[in-house]
Amino acid sequence: MNATTLRLLVGGILLVVALAALPLLAIDIPGVLPGPTYTPGTLQLLAFALLIAALALSYRMMFGLAGLLSFGHALFFAAGAYGLAMTLEAFGPSDWPSPVVFVVSIGITLVLGLTLAATVGSLALRVTGISFAMVTLAFAQAGSVLIRRNPSGATGGDEGISLDTTHVPAELVGVVDTRNLYWTALGILVVVYLVVLWVEKSRAGHVAEAIRENELRVRVIGLRPYDVKLLVFIVASVLAAVAGMGYLLLQSGAAPRIATADFTLTLLVIVVLGGVGARWGAIVGGIVYTLLDQRLTALAGSDAIAALPDVLRVPLSEPLFILGTLFVLVVLFLPGGIAGLPGRLATGRKPHPVEPEEAVDA
Amino acid sequence: MDTLVLLLVTGLGLGALYFLVASGLSLIYGLMGVLNFAHGAFLTIAAFLGWEAGRRISDGTWTGLAISAAVGILVGATVAVLTEVLVIRRLYERHIEQALVTVGISLAAVALFEGIWGTDPIYTDRPEWLTQTTEVLGARISNDRFLLIACAALVLGGIVLFLRRTRYGLIIRAGVENRHMVTALGIDVRRSFTLVFAIGGAAAGLGGVLASVYYGYVSAHLGSVLLIFAFIVTVIGGLGSLTGAAIASVLVAVLQQFANFFLGGTGDLVVVVLLAAVLLIRPRGLMGKAA
Repeated sequence: MNATTLRLLVGGILLVVALAALPLLAIDIPGVLPGPTYTPGTLQLLAFALLIAALALSYRMMFGLAGLLSFGHALFFAAGAYGLAMTLEAFGPSDWPSPVVFVVSIGITLVLGLTLAATVGSLALRVTGISFAMVTLAFAQAGSVLIRRNPSGATGGDEGISLDTTHVPAELVGVVDTRNLYWTALGILVVVYLVVLWVEKSRAGHVAEAIRENELRVRVIGLRPYDVKLLVFIVASVLAAVAGMGYLLLQSGAAPRIATADFTLTLLVIVVLGGVGARWGAIVGGIVYTLLDQRLTALAGSDAIAALPDVLRVPLSEPLFILGTLFVLVVLFLPGGIAGLPGRLATGRKPHPVEPEEAVDA
Repeated sequence: MDTLVLLLVTGLGLGALYFLVASGLSLIYGLMGVLNFAHGAFLTIAAFLGWEAGRRISDGTWTGLAISAAVGILVGATVAVLTEVLVIRRLYERHIEQALVTVGISLAAVALFEGIWGTDPIYTDRPEWLTQTTEVLGARISNDRFLLIACAALVLGGIVLFLRRTRYGLIIRAGVENRHMVTALGIDVRRSFTLVFAIGGAAAGLGGVLASVYYGYVSAHLGSVLLIFAFIVTVIGGLGSLTGAAIASVLVAVLQQFANFFLGGTGDLVVVVLLAAVLLIRPRGLMGKAA
C-alpha cells in the first residue's frame, strides 16, 4: 500500500466517521438544510440524499465504467423497495421470530432483484448503444405500468405501498429513530461504495473499461464482452435494489413515482451533473441534487418567487425546469461534470469528452 | 366479427399516432445516430400551441382543427430545427452526449409546460363529425380514427415521395446508408440533418394535434407517453427504417388493442413481451440492416 492509497483510505474513514457523527451534532446551515442536523426532518433529508448517492454510484458503475447507457435503472430501485414491502406483507403474522423474518425477506428481495436483473440484462444486452438505452427504458416502463396497474392489490397502485412494520426491528420504525435510519442509509452507501470499488479494481472491471473504450478489440483478444457487461449490469442492478430497500425503510413506504421513466432520467441527470469520470462525482451529484431539489421546491413556494412577473415566476417555480436547463448547460459546457471541475481549474484544459460507446449497432 | 373490426381500426388509429412520432425518431437516428428524447416535447408543445390557436379562432369546427394542425406542424418543425441548430449541432459526432442533451431538454420542457398549462389535462372541443361513429361491417367506429389513419398515410406517402423523388431525399437516403461516404463526396450531411429534424418535428407536431383529437385532451405528459411507445416501435421496426417504423407501429398498436380487450387490459405488457421476443429472435429489428 503506497502513501496515496493510505491517505485516501484515512480520508475516507474520517469522512464516514464525520458523516456518522452528524445526528449527534447540532450543525445548522440555513438555506441548505431545513434545520439543525439532529432534528428528524433534516436527518430524513440527509438519509435520502445518501441513498440517492448510493443509487447514483451503482448507476455510475454501469454508465461510467462499462459505458452501458441504461434508462431502466429505476426498475431495480423500485424492485428493491416494492419487493421488500411485498415480501414483508406476504409473511403476515408468522411463527418465526421477527428478526428472522426481516432478514429472510431481505434475502428473498435480493434473489428477486438478481433474477430480474439477469433476465432484463441478458435480453437488453443483445443490442448495444442507443438501442440498449431504448430497450432498458421499455422494460422499466413495463415495470412502472405493472406497479400502477396494481395486480391483485399487491402494489397499491397510485397510492403506493406502505411498509408493514410487524417484522421490522423497532429500532428502524418511527420518527424518534430517524437517526438509526440515517445510519442505515450511510451503511448502505459505504457497502455500495466498497462493492463498486471492488468490481472496478477486479479483472472484470478492467475488461469492462476496455469494452467501453473499444469493444471490438476486447473481442479480438478472445474475451467475451457480453459476459462482463452482464456481470456489471447485474451487480449494479442488485446494488440499486439494496438502495431501494433502504428507501422503503426510510420512507416507510414506496410510491409508484420511483419506477417512472422520469425517475430514471433524473438519475442520469444526477450522474452526469456529478461527473461520470469519478466515483465521488456520483456521490456528490446525488447529495447536491437531493438538497437542490428539496430547496428549489421550498424556494418555488416562497413569497419572493410568487411576487415575480409570470415570465420569470413560471419557470423558476418548477425545480425540474431549472435542473433540466442546468443539465443541458453542464453537458454542453462542462463535459466532466462537477467531478471534472478541479482538473479543469488546475490545468485550464478541457478534459477529453466522454464517449463510452460508439452508437453503431453490431 | 364487429369486435375484431373495431379493435383493428382503433389499433390502426393508435398506430397512426405512433408512426407520426416514430418516423421522425427513426430518420433522425438513421441519419446521425442521435436518439432524440426531446421528440415527445416537440409533440406536446405543438399540441398545446395548436390547440390554443384553433380555440381562439374557431373552437370545435373544421376550420379550427385545420388551423390547429397548421400551427402544430409549424411549431413542431420550428422547435425541432431550433433544438438541432442551437444545441445538438454543437455536440457533433458525440452521440451519447447528444442524447443526454435531449434528455435535459425533455425534462425541462415538461416542467415548463406544467408551469404554464398546469398538471391537469385540458379537454378540447372537436368538430361534431369527429365525435360521431360510422358503421363498418357491423362495428361502430369513432370517426376520428379515420382522420388519424388518413393523416398518417398521407405523411408516410409524403415522406416516401420526398425521399425517393428529390435530391435532398437522395442525400438523406444515402446518408442513412453510409454517412461517411456521403461526406467524403463533398456533401454536407449536417444540412440534411437539419432538414430531417424539421420533417420529424413537423410529423411530431401533426401527431400532437391529432393526439389531442384522439385522446380528447392536451396535457404536459402527452408526448412522454407516446414517446416510449415510439421508441419501442422504432426498435422493433429496425432503427433508421421508415417502412419498419410503419409496419411496427401498426403491429404494436393493434396487438395492444387486442391484448387490452381479450387479455384483461395487459396491452402495455404484451408490447414489452413482443419487444423482448423481437430482441431474442432478431436484435436488429424487423426491417433493420444486417451488421
